[in-house]
Amino acid sequence: MTITLDQTIAQKTHTPLALMLRSQVFWVFVAILAACIFLSFATDSFATSKNIFNITRNVTFTAIIALGMTMVIIIGGIDLSVGSVLCLSSMMLAITMHAGYGLEIGIAVAIVTSLAVGAFNGVLIAYLGFPPFVVTLGMLSIARSLAMVASNNTVVFEFGPDHARLLDLGGGAWLFGIANPVLYMIALAIIVGFILRWTKFGRHLYAIGGNEQAATLTGVPVRPIKVAVYMISALSAGIAGIIQTGWLGAVTTNIGTGMELQVIAAAVIGGASLVGGVGTAIGALIGAALIEIIRNSLGLLGINAFWQGAFIGGCIIIAVAFERVRQLRSSE
Amino acid sequence: MAILELANISKHFGAIQAVNDVSFSLEAGEVVGLMGDNGAGKSTLVKMIAGNFPPSEGTMRMDGQPLSLHRPVDARRHGIEIVHQDLALCNNLTAAANVFLGREVHRWFGPLRVLDYARMYKRAGEIFAELKSETRPRDLIKSMSGGQRQAVAIARTRLSDAKVVLMDEPTAAISVRQVAEVLNLIRRLRDQGVTVVLISHRMPDVFDVADRVIVLRRGRMVADRRIAESSPEEVTGLITGAIERV
Repeated sequence: MTITLDQTIAQKTHTPLALMLRSQVFWVFVAILAACIFLSFATDSFATSKNIFNITRNVTFTAIIALGMTMVIIIGGIDLSVGSVLCLSSMMLAITMHAGYGLEIGIAVAIVTSLAVGAFNGVLIAYLGFPPFVVTLGMLSIARSLAMVASNNTVVFEFGPDHARLLDLGGGAWLFGIANPVLYMIALAIIVGFILRWTKFGRHLYAIGGNEQAATLTGVPVRPIKVAVYMISALSAGIAGIIQTGWLGAVTTNIGTGMELQVIAAAVIGGASLVGGVGTAIGALIGAALIEIIRNSLGLLGINAFWQGAFIGGCIIIAVAFERVRQLRSSE
Repeated sequence: MAILELANISKHFGAIQAVNDVSFSLEAGEVVGLMGDNGAGKSTLVKMIAGNFPPSEGTMRMDGQPLSLHRPVDARRHGIEIVHQDLALCNNLTAAANVFLGREVHRWFGPLRVLDYARMYKRAGEIFAELKSETRPRDLIKSMSGGQRQAVAIARTRLSDAKVVLMDEPTAAISVRQVAEVLNLIRRLRDQGVTVVLISHRMPDVFDVADRVIVLRRGRMVADRRIAESSPEEVTGLITGAIERV
């Protein structure tokens, strides 16, 4: 049988099943399922609706920021300032509302602050060529410091006339008893997933991460896109801050401390590659879910909480090893 | 009729005269080899044609109209495309995604403007078929051979229906079998009426595929010869300076 050129060109090399079996997200998902099944049998308290409610809600804050972080990682960058931006956003919301302004104004102030921080990061990185690691490391320090200055390092737990609305926004469950933060997370994940897969902007993120030089030469507006991505990352941290404020009902200047590492871990476990060019929205959620399940299950299984770090760290290294193996295989 | 004419083009960077009084014209559907040693001014000349920077002196005309280029996009709009030496491809994207990079095709999905994958795969496939290259639009660049990568980079120029394609060292650093493949791609472009400027160090390739050869030495044009009337020995002499000028 002869194969014509047209047939060769039309041929698909990978079936959907083969692609799925090769994806890291799929295997992390399998690990989560296996862990859930195991925990349902091993403990009485895992598969209770209260625990599931807790897990899903705890996942969201990491997951929402991981969505933004995944976009940053796709373009080959990193954003270490997200934990501090979360804190600054929460604090701006809290102070504004405490001063007697309504919920909408509080949210607007928090979001504008976050976007301003992201724009500052982005402009320094994209237009002045600063390394992202250093710029966002500086911002990690600056943003938390600003939150302390703004609040005089006090705890805010009274949010003025819209106090109840704010608490309902973060702590309620408006749909089928699903915690509100989870609803926001799902909505944001759908938006990010759509952007990455179906828009020119998303396509360009992968191009920048794959070969920035090539993207520039083919006319992709690399610099504006980079600024936008750092703004999106800060925005995701800001949104997480707003929701978390409503859920906790109080803001201190140490919320979100160390969160950047957990978020990066979630993105990496979910298949984003720190070299750039790879990552998905669903990966961010699944990575965050795995981390939360590890944390939750260690407690339920009666394992000393000091082991948490070791398990989560182990997952990060396994995830990277996974990618390494694939690279070695494809380079042969 | 000449498609692209260069008249008395010079470029200096401070005191350094990179290109000095170069004039030539390109006809539609011909392949012209542009040769010269390192530092002879080839890439400076190419960058002016590609719109990276304007000449210090001299004029360019396209289809008889004066051509002034300020940015690479301007050159593209006038139908001049460049295939960079490193091909400017993203390894993590598919062949079709690379062909359409920066020129994505959209369709409407309800109120949303989304990427039209189906049309991009189809069109990329058609171009590869036209180029007679066994390249699959859905494959990732990182799994491709050097020849296939060239096909992807060249397919970009077909997308815009370019009239002049500048190819910077397309046969450097690829295997012998793939060189033949790339030379075939150049012939396909020529057959479709595209003018190809082949910037190359490799004498056999230029003599294999080009109709004409232009030689630069220290910024000056020292030869504009038909391949049939020249020889590799003569061109080598011209490049090194053993032959002053023809």
